[in-house]
Amino acid sequence: MVENRPWLGVVTHATLILGVAFLCFPVWMALVASTHPGEALSRSPIPLWFGDQGWENYAQLLTEGSPAVGGVALSTMLWNSFIMAIGITVGKIAISLISAYAIVYFRFPFRMLFFWLIFITLMLPVEVRILPTYDVVASLGMLNSYSGLIIPLIASATATFLFRQFFLTIPDELVEAARIDRAGPIRFFWDILLPLSKTNIAALFIILFIYGWNQYLWPFLITTDQDLYTIVMGIQRMVNVGEGLPIWHLTMGTAILAMVPPVIVVLAMQRLFVKGLVESEK
Amino acid sequence: MEKRVFFRNWWLPYALVAPQIIVTLVFFIWPAYQALEMSFFIEDAFGFSRNFVGFENFIRLFSDPGYLRSFWTTLVFGLAVTFLSMSMALALAVAANRVVRSATTYRTFLIWPYAVAPALAGVLWFFMMNPSLGIVAYMLESIWGYDWNHYINGNQALMMVIIAAAWKQISYNFLFFLAGLQSVPKSMIEAAAIDGASPTRRFWTIVFPLLSPTTFFLLVVNLVYAFFDTFAIIHATTSGGPADATSILVYRVYSTGFVGQDYGSSAAQSVVLMALVIGLTFVQFRYIERRVQY
Repeated sequence: MVENRPWLGVVTHATLILGVAFLCFPVWMALVASTHPGEALSRSPIPLWFGDQGWENYAQLLTEGSPAVGGVALSTMLWNSFIMAIGITVGKIAISLISAYAIVYFRFPFRMLFFWLIFITLMLPVEVRILPTYDVVASLGMLNSYSGLIIPLIASATATFLFRQFFLTIPDELVEAARIDRAGPIRFFWDILLPLSKTNIAALFIILFIYGWNQYLWPFLITTDQDLYTIVMGIQRMVNVGEGLPIWHLTMGTAILAMVPPVIVVLAMQRLFVKGLVESEK
Repeated sequence: MEKRVFFRNWWLPYALVAPQIIVTLVFFIWPAYQALEMSFFIEDAFGFSRNFVGFENFIRLFSDPGYLRSFWTTLVFGLAVTFLSMSMALALAVAANRVVRSATTYRTFLIWPYAVAPALAGVLWFFMMNPSLGIVAYMLESIWGYDWNHYINGNQALMMVIIAAAWKQISYNFLFFLAGLQSVPKSMIEAAAIDGASPTRRFWTIVFPLLSPTTFFLLVVNLVYAFFDTFAIIHATTSGGPADATSILVYRVYSTGFVGQDYGSSAAQSVVLMALVIGLTFVQFRYIERRVQY
């Protein structure tokens, strides 16, 4: 604070409080809606304070699911989301770590070609190559499977670049020392590089977990089997119910359940999350 | 930058890059090539035969008023989302940078929506704005007598998805603006204050110009987000409707290919979108080489 201007302090806090209210209000409404019986949400104005059906609604969602999605329990969808998110995260980190290692610590023919191939993936999001990618996955027989949900998404230019940048800052003396001690490249990777990369891996893990959990288009395309629905994608079936009305209290409960895991990850690991976000975009 | 010291091994590096390269070739490069190839053919309805037609798919595309309208919709959508979320995030970041007390609490409450999936952001606002029981629609009606119905009114539907998309992106922009603001030298601000510059003036003549690298970076990132990552918002709520009013380009690729089964046109649209991403990525990397500076 450079000078003392009381009104400026008031404006500052007012701005922040308004901002927080704007960001939290939709979730508040969803949370409130999910604790009421269906009839309470059939006419306007809808309640702004919690009802008494919260436990029943969530218990019903977790064990039986919403009738709009033919009896798939949300616990199943949450589990599928979890497997997909972890699979994508671990897969991306693993293959990016080793390819960045190869590109930084080895000299071999076509090294730069590989580097550019990885770079190109940045420019080809799923959304622009929907149909042909779907065809490839279909012809490999990977529709309706966890491997189909995970493997096509695990290439990562961002993670590879991040690890490459980080490896480049590691002093060469470490390699020399390792060589004098007769440690081979694999030993060097396991015993020196990997422990040094721990913080970076953890920060990236958070960002990628959120990315994986929040996937929508991809699971929507390749899962027709309801037992493989992920929760973020499954909610769409509860909203688009054709002529009928969505069962709002259950749909909002689903929305809350779908956002809780990634939000907890962000809040619990705030510091690492900010580091991961800012660095992976550089 | 290159390492001076490296390992020698004729097979290990290939084994190490292999997983990434295989996934890239099979699921990225090959499909992209397929889209490029398909965009020059017209396939019959059953996929038995296809004819090379040159640029006809593209010509057909750009003479289709529906597609041109999608271009406009996308532009309006992208610019509105970018402007809304960036300006709100900047105001919040400036405020958060000023407060001393409870700064962490504010930050915590401002960053969590980053973790909310775009699809869910869409669903939340869809519920809030539902014409018959949404709280926003209710307030508009009872306070201003404004009739909100995004099922019928295309502009209102577009406004709804813009708000949902901007809402979700504020946290992201906030974090980057806050990091940018924290690197503005305190001494400059103090010098200006001693010279009698008011807080507003200090912001516009010192802080805002110094933020320009962050602002420019966020501009590109937000446009990419609005153009590509918002598919879920549209698909989960309006499905492009009413009457194509919210059918942005990424949604159209999907609806032409999967719903309309017009593969040639969908492929041509993919190629147009690829050109768009390549252009934006290029701008972004050019900028990283030579930062915008004053």
